[in-house]
Amino acid sequence: MAASREAAPGTLSAASFGVGGLFVVGALLSIFIAANTHDNVMAFHATIFILFFVLGIFAIGKHHFDTLERGPEPTLQDGVTYHDGPIRVATLASLFWGIAGFLAGLYIALELAFPWLNFDLAFLNFGRLRPLHTSAVVFAFGGNALIATSLYVVQRTCKARLAGDIAPWFIVWGYQLFIVLAATGYLLGVTQGKEYAEPEWYVDLWLTIVWVTYLIVFLATLAKRKEPHIYVANWFYLAFIVTIAMLHLVNNAAIPVALTSTKSYIIWSGVQDALIQWWYGHNAVGFFLTAGFLGMMYYFVPKRAERPVFSYRLSIVHFWALIFLYIWAGPHHLHYTALPDWAQTLGMTFSIMLWMPSWGGMINGLMTLSGAWDKLRTDPVIRMLVVSIAFYGMSTFEGPVMSIKAVNSLSHYTDWTIGHVHSGALGWVGFVSFGAIYCLVPWLWNRKQLYSLALVNWHFWIATLGIVLYITAMWVSGILQGLMWRAYDSLGFLEYSFVESVEAMHPFYVIRALGGGLFLVGALIMAYNVIMTIKGRVREGEALSPAPAGDGQLVAVGAE
Amino acid sequence: MSKFTHATIEKNSILLLILTLVAVAIGGLVEIVPTFLIKTTVEDVEGTRPYSPLELAGRDIYVREGCYTCHSQMIRSLRSEVERYGHYSLAAESKYDHPFQWGSKRTGPDLARVGGKYSNDWHALHMADPRAVVPESVMPGYPFLATTPLAQHDIENSLSVLALLGTPYSEEMVTEALADVFVQQNPDEDYDDMEERYPGAVIANFDGDPNTVTELDAVIAYLQMLGTLVDFSTVERATLTQ
Repeated sequence: MAASREAAPGTLSAASFGVGGLFVVGALLSIFIAANTHDNVMAFHATIFILFFVLGIFAIGKHHFDTLERGPEPTLQDGVTYHDGPIRVATLASLFWGIAGFLAGLYIALELAFPWLNFDLAFLNFGRLRPLHTSAVVFAFGGNALIATSLYVVQRTCKARLAGDIAPWFIVWGYQLFIVLAATGYLLGVTQGKEYAEPEWYVDLWLTIVWVTYLIVFLATLAKRKEPHIYVANWFYLAFIVTIAMLHLVNNAAIPVALTSTKSYIIWSGVQDALIQWWYGHNAVGFFLTAGFLGMMYYFVPKRAERPVFSYRLSIVHFWALIFLYIWAGPHHLHYTALPDWAQTLGMTFSIMLWMPSWGGMINGLMTLSGAWDKLRTDPVIRMLVVSIAFYGMSTFEGPVMSIKAVNSLSHYTDWTIGHVHSGALGWVGFVSFGAIYCLVPWLWNRKQLYSLALVNWHFWIATLGIVLYITAMWVSGILQGLMWRAYDSLGFLEYSFVESVEAMHPFYVIRALGGGLFLVGALIMAYNVIMTIKGRVREGEALSPAPAGDGQLVAVGAE
Repeated sequence: MSKFTHATIEKNSILLLILTLVAVAIGGLVEIVPTFLIKTTVEDVEGTRPYSPLELAGRDIYVREGCYTCHSQMIRSLRSEVERYGHYSLAAESKYDHPFQWGSKRTGPDLARVGGKYSNDWHALHMADPRAVVPESVMPGYPFLATTPLAQHDIENSLSVLALLGTPYSEEMVTEALADVFVQQNPDEDYDDMEERYPGAVIANFDGDPNTVTELDAVIAYLQMLGTLVDFSTVERATLTQ
């Protein structure tokens, strides 16, 4: 970073001073809140904040003296000293939170099959664990994978070191703090009660600070690029970062009951709150779980397949169409509700149109393998990436179908929605992240190859089997539920009581839990493989893998 | 400068950022802004009122425990739903809901009109041990609600904040909030003023102990008023057109 290089030896740079100063202010504010609150959770969270700020101040000091002693990082690629430390942390964090999130998911799946597992304990109840599961997989697992890959990709495709020296570290550790605050809050009953936006006002504020830093670092790195063109993966990452900022700020607008209270009330209410929530919720899917991961696809698939992106023109068309259309799709979560009809119809129409740009991305990803299809046989990592794109294609077809009002009248409120989400989350987001991490780990830790491709193969098949069990169980249970709720007997009365539909779900909930369990086993195999790779080990008989070494050859292609 | 092509955007990160923002802003603006401007979005019906302080506390517990992860509060305008749950839900019925709790999943039944369908005693038993009253239920037990005194420290602040956000809580409602919490779960007290402030509120000794206000009192008071405020026999169809 410019500022730290300009500073005279032995003095702290302006940036270090600035951040250190802000941390001191943050620590004092946290102490004030901890001392004045009646709210136990706020006291606990303020203490975590104090710890974070104190450790941060120590880390800045240590970083300063380490740099004095050793000079800047010695890694050199393409004549650029890349800043990979924070990326290594985010990669491991993604894996760690992923396993935690899958485990939470397995547990709540078992709670639905065997309700005694709730143990009558507040913090183990389904209602508190379910947001823990969704946030852990979406924001902690997915979010860290996005931060890790975006910061890696933007450096390699711009041939520039990340902007800032402390800022990337702040993004990564600040984001972990956000996860810890959100997760412990849920367990202790602190939630806004809005799906996928459960963290309370002070956690939202903290995330805003981290996210704006992320946006600035990303943009400033783009500005430093040595390539004239911005590579397509970065368009998607940028759209993801900036749109999530917009959604987050509007949907979470709230007024706290007191500065020392964890409780707040959302500014919006009723029908408008519902619309804003699903504008947010659907685009958390569209921009967090789609645009961001398409960015990942656009780097790691061509890189691993050693082929250029299939069509530059298609990537332009589907990028703009995707980001423009996605935003409109939210109201399909509110069919036949008290949301005015015109808004429902608009949401449905755009959801159906969305099918096209979604499949544009799928085609661009799949066809990138043209001439390299043989790698599907030899490289389980590329197989994982390709299957992720196939699941993306399947979910983005199923989604528009479910957004049709007639279909939605059956599918809404049922497990079909849960199955749909998981074919996207496990199949697309999970597999593309696993594929990217399998590529990244040897590159980031300077290893020639993964510990074992055979284990990747095991991971792939066990997880795939898990997904298939999961989504088929949910299709059957969802459609069964929907049909039972609307079934009439010969005399024109509703045929089933609600609880009969609950009872009928039991076998499918057991199968679903089995599927989730297999997915978790796959992730544990991956964790072992990654740890052994980082240790520099290679499984017996697997030396000299055909996997390419990552040295950042992908750059943007001119439009001319 | 040469002709404007996509390359122009690709070579300028700020231009890319601005055009992206424009592209993602349009859909939200077109869909969301009119719902604030078109008056009929929220129907003009009689009977809706802000939550009583005890109901509000119960609603906050409903949110805290994540009840919305399994229960919807939105009856869709479909024959099978109206016959199972009652009149389809109106936007007006959740206009004081910060946040809305329409939900997205029915692992359990819809609760938009659960008020008055079961007795207070049934609710108390059901919360303590759902399978004692519904053997097939997969709902978690909430026995701790009956033993946890309701935290009342921030109740006045809560009403003030909601008043600031447009809920018609009067100054009197805010200053009387703590007293209203107590009398709603103790029918031996003088509850006339409270009832006048919150018509239709269920006043009862919900959990069997009138001297301590517990979280269970609050939750049952909330559940028992859900969907009961609008008298649909007096609502004209024309007023429901959005």
